[in-house]
Amino acid sequence: MDQHCNITKPRIPIMADAGSVEALLQLVEKADGGVDSLDVASRIGVDHQVIVGAVKSLQSLGDVISAEQRSSKHWELTEEGTELAEQGSHEARVFSSIPPEGLPQSELMKLSFGKIGFSKAMSNKWIRVDKSHEGGPRIFTSVESIQDQVREKLLLVQRGAALEEKDKNELKKRKLLAEVTVKSYWITRGSSFSTTLTKQETELTAEMIATGSWKDRKFKPYNFEAMGVAPDCGHLHPLMKVRTQFRQIFLEMGFSEMPTNNFIESSFWNFDSLFQPQQHPARDQHDTFFLSDPALAHDFPQDYLERVKRVHSEGGYGSQGYKYDWKMEEAQKNILRTHTTAVSARMLYKLAQQEKFTPVKYFSIDRVFRNETLDATHLAEFHQIEGVVADYGLTLGDLMGVLHQFFTKLGITKLRFKPAYNPYTEPSMEVFSYHEGLKKWVEVGNSGVFRPEMLLPMGLPEDVSVIAWGLSLERPTMIKYGINNIRELVGHKVNLQMVYDSPICRLDS
Amino acid sequence: MPTVGVKRDLLFNALGRTYTDEEFDELCFEFGLELDEITSEKEIISREQGDSKASGASDVILYKIDVPANRYDLLCLEGLVRGLQVFKNKLEAPRYTRVSPTTGEVQRLIITKETAAVRPHAVAAVLRNITFTKERYDSFIELQEKLHQNICRKRSLVAIGTHDLDTISGPFTYTARPPGDISFKPLNQTKEYTATQLMSLYKTDSHLRHYLHIIEDKPVYPIIYDSNGVVLSMPPIINGDHSKISLTTKNVFIECTATDLTKVRTEEDVMLSFLIFFSGFFCKELAYRKEKLSGEFINRKVGISEPTEKIAQLLTRMCLLSQPTGAGDEIEVEIPPTRPDVIHACDIMEDAAVAYGFNNIIRTTPRTYTVANQFPINKLTELLRQDLAAAGFTEALNFALCSQEDIADKLCKKISDTRAVHISNPKTAEFQVARTTLLPGLLKTVAANRKMPLPLKLFEISDVVLKDESKDVGARNSRRFCAVYYNKSPGFEVIHGLLDRTMQLLEVKPAREQGYHIQAADDSTFFPGRCAEIFVHGKSVGRLGVLHPDVIGRFELSMPCSALEMDIEPFL
Repeated sequence: MDQHCNITKPRIPIMADAGSVEALLQLVEKADGGVDSLDVASRIGVDHQVIVGAVKSLQSLGDVISAEQRSSKHWELTEEGTELAEQGSHEARVFSSIPPEGLPQSELMKLSFGKIGFSKAMSNKWIRVDKSHEGGPRIFTSVESIQDQVREKLLLVQRGAALEEKDKNELKKRKLLAEVTVKSYWITRGSSFSTTLTKQETELTAEMIATGSWKDRKFKPYNFEAMGVAPDCGHLHPLMKVRTQFRQIFLEMGFSEMPTNNFIESSFWNFDSLFQPQQHPARDQHDTFFLSDPALAHDFPQDYLERVKRVHSEGGYGSQGYKYDWKMEEAQKNILRTHTTAVSARMLYKLAQQEKFTPVKYFSIDRVFRNETLDATHLAEFHQIEGVVADYGLTLGDLMGVLHQFFTKLGITKLRFKPAYNPYTEPSMEVFSYHEGLKKWVEVGNSGVFRPEMLLPMGLPEDVSVIAWGLSLERPTMIKYGINNIRELVGHKVNLQMVYDSPICRLDS
Repeated sequence: MPTVGVKRDLLFNALGRTYTDEEFDELCFEFGLELDEITSEKEIISREQGDSKASGASDVILYKIDVPANRYDLLCLEGLVRGLQVFKNKLEAPRYTRVSPTTGEVQRLIITKETAAVRPHAVAAVLRNITFTKERYDSFIELQEKLHQNICRKRSLVAIGTHDLDTISGPFTYTARPPGDISFKPLNQTKEYTATQLMSLYKTDSHLRHYLHIIEDKPVYPIIYDSNGVVLSMPPIINGDHSKISLTTKNVFIECTATDLTKVRTEEDVMLSFLIFFSGFFCKELAYRKEKLSGEFINRKVGISEPTEKIAQLLTRMCLLSQPTGAGDEIEVEIPPTRPDVIHACDIMEDAAVAYGFNNIIRTTPRTYTVANQFPINKLTELLRQDLAAAGFTEALNFALCSQEDIADKLCKKISDTRAVHISNPKTAEFQVARTTLLPGLLKTVAANRKMPLPLKLFEISDVVLKDESKDVGARNSRRFCAVYYNKSPGFEVIHGLLDRTMQLLEVKPAREQGYHIQAADDSTFFPGRCAEIFVHGKSVGRLGVLHPDVIGRFELSMPCSALEMDIEPFL
């Protein structure tokens, strides 16, 4: 249904001519079994359309009358037929045009009815032609008088009488008669029938309220089938609505938000500080966006940098290290951060610089960048959701417990964990949830315990464990809002109608 | 994550029992693998090349299994079976030893200094007394290809050559020569070519052309000869035809060459992968390492309480042969050379947890007490977004990366004036720079939604990136608010009204000194005389105005448009 129909069509139709409504009601009152609207029109002497208008107007007032639409077929004179009914058939007019002394054929043919009338009168043998008459062929009557049966039949039809099938067909052939379908209403009294109608108000007005006149008025019913008028308003983007909910969940769980407003990161904080070796594939040109300007980062915490270098190249803190030639130039390379874990590393380093360690719970939801091949579900940038907990003696069981609480808030309760590999967490676990729709386990996130080679060079106490997990914001949003192509959700090719129409976001329902 | 394709029936045969697909999926999951796809050669060809090409192809069921990136020891059927059998307690972890050849000399590979200019590193190994079956041969070739594609980084880092040792004689020489001086009959060709001719021959080869760039521009090409001057290979492109391996090969000579010293560990991993394939002789020392750790450490980190003996058993099932030393809860763990990923006690702890079963660990809640804080700029952003939507504007979400043209030419600005950071390796123009303004994104959103009823009222609050020498990385984010009004008339008053409303929300009054005001400004993005600068407490925070017709045209728009963009960080 057109949602704007209330703007273009008023809920209550305009009242029809009051006189014909009244006359109609009088007739309906008198007729016991009901009346046909065509009959009403001819009895009142108005056009049928006026009665149709009156019927519709009365229908809108409730159950005053009941009107059932019906259609009937009947024979009607064509324009030519009407002319003939008035003036006589062509052949009759030919007959009466001919004086006793006859008429030259050429004269007869000049008359409007001459040509058709001549041949019909000839075949009726009402007239004859004298072809050898001096001055050209001449027409004479051949009978005394005639009976114009064609006209008589047409007049019968006009009066509504029936004709024989043979006659009807002949007149139809001469295009004097036509069969027409007429739509009409069969009108009977309704349950609240009355011949006197009170005028119905369209809307309540301030004046009626002030004077109290509304108490004595009748109001026309509304059409509740129509849609309302769309409010004039702005809309929030669905991905941001989901982000708001995730923020809310973290805040409810006591997690503080990390400052992730730094898209440009050095390879040092993005990779090296996380104990990700410099030859790791993620650090390749085809996975990461590097910067040409500003190409390099400067100003690192020097003693920490030395400890990072040592743990990569020689080991330490109980580790064998990766045993390779760690290069400062690699660490200095500026990139668009590939994960928000770079910010977690900065935050954990900052935490380690506190005089006394205090437990923390951190979260962030922000953009990360990958120089990847793009498809329907992958873009070069997406939002990463990340949670981090640092405290003394955290276990793998604690990580799974926190994940269980987090995902329960998303409405996901059935979780299982798969061993995985990640260069900076050990153990690493992929989080799977059972998807009731797909009837299978689907990956919903990644998690792990940060490696000692990452935490100890920062200066965190040895018995402090840091557990962390991450997932993308886009995937749950696409599932939530039923979007298959990520470009319809993120970026300028977004479908604004989708934004306008998207419901509020409740992740747990 | 590399994927290994194995024939299901061969796999089950080697595992000594059959599984349903669900059971095998479950086993993989527990062990940290993923049964990615169940398919057949026929199905793969039919999907990639159409049904007609697939007729006659094998419909033997294939399992595609995802292997974690650190487990090169599982990259072939043989390795997978070994790992799973030990995990299921059906097999003891194999012990690899270096053996000397019973007859003949220890083989040597001599590396000359010329290789320094192109590909300076190489290692070699010999596998002796092996027997290929058709399946084993195919699996061997596939393993080599898997290694090339994954850790060898498409041969750019490491290239592997395998040869029939009985067709060649050591010692072998790894050197580098000008391409014109190299001539040999390459694998599966009928005549000799010079290296120069080979490079043009393979220009059109669908497979090999991808590797040519690795040495193409070098003055000398790497080459390996035997003691009689027979060419074994020209790494990383092609082997010689002379020494090619076949089903009847008994002794295999393996050489690995590499470009970068920092990647040498990768070469070792490659060798180890072959070692898993067949036990055999290995040129490098096979280093087994012993670590000692306490059962309490594992219990504490995992969150379980298992007796020391049980923990040792768990580790042994992960190919880490372990036993209690008897001194308290101390456990001695032997790390085989096939597990170079085990470098810290935490790696051993993980294996214990995997063997215990992640999903058998009791989930607990840490008692960490913390009070949550929002990041102030994000808190302000969240609050503002709500009220801007309430003011009738719809939120857009655009990319932080864009083309130079978007932030410069299309806005009638010069790229040198933008303070933009530039990306050195964009795959397309869409990723040349990080945006310095939110306006182009909003205008592109309007252009993509021209069919929508007018007016279009859009806003975005997000970060742009600007060069800033005071930061360690030389750049910083700046949180911006941008809005556009697109209609049949410019609607400056609408955008101006939105500014007034925003200031009201931010509790800034209209006033010249202790408030905000706007004042005429020149800006090439805007229509002359229709641009004003926004001042808050006397400081400029942004601009608003009617866009220049050239800007409207360059974004493929046709109606007038007014816009507003300002910093919101000053309102913190």
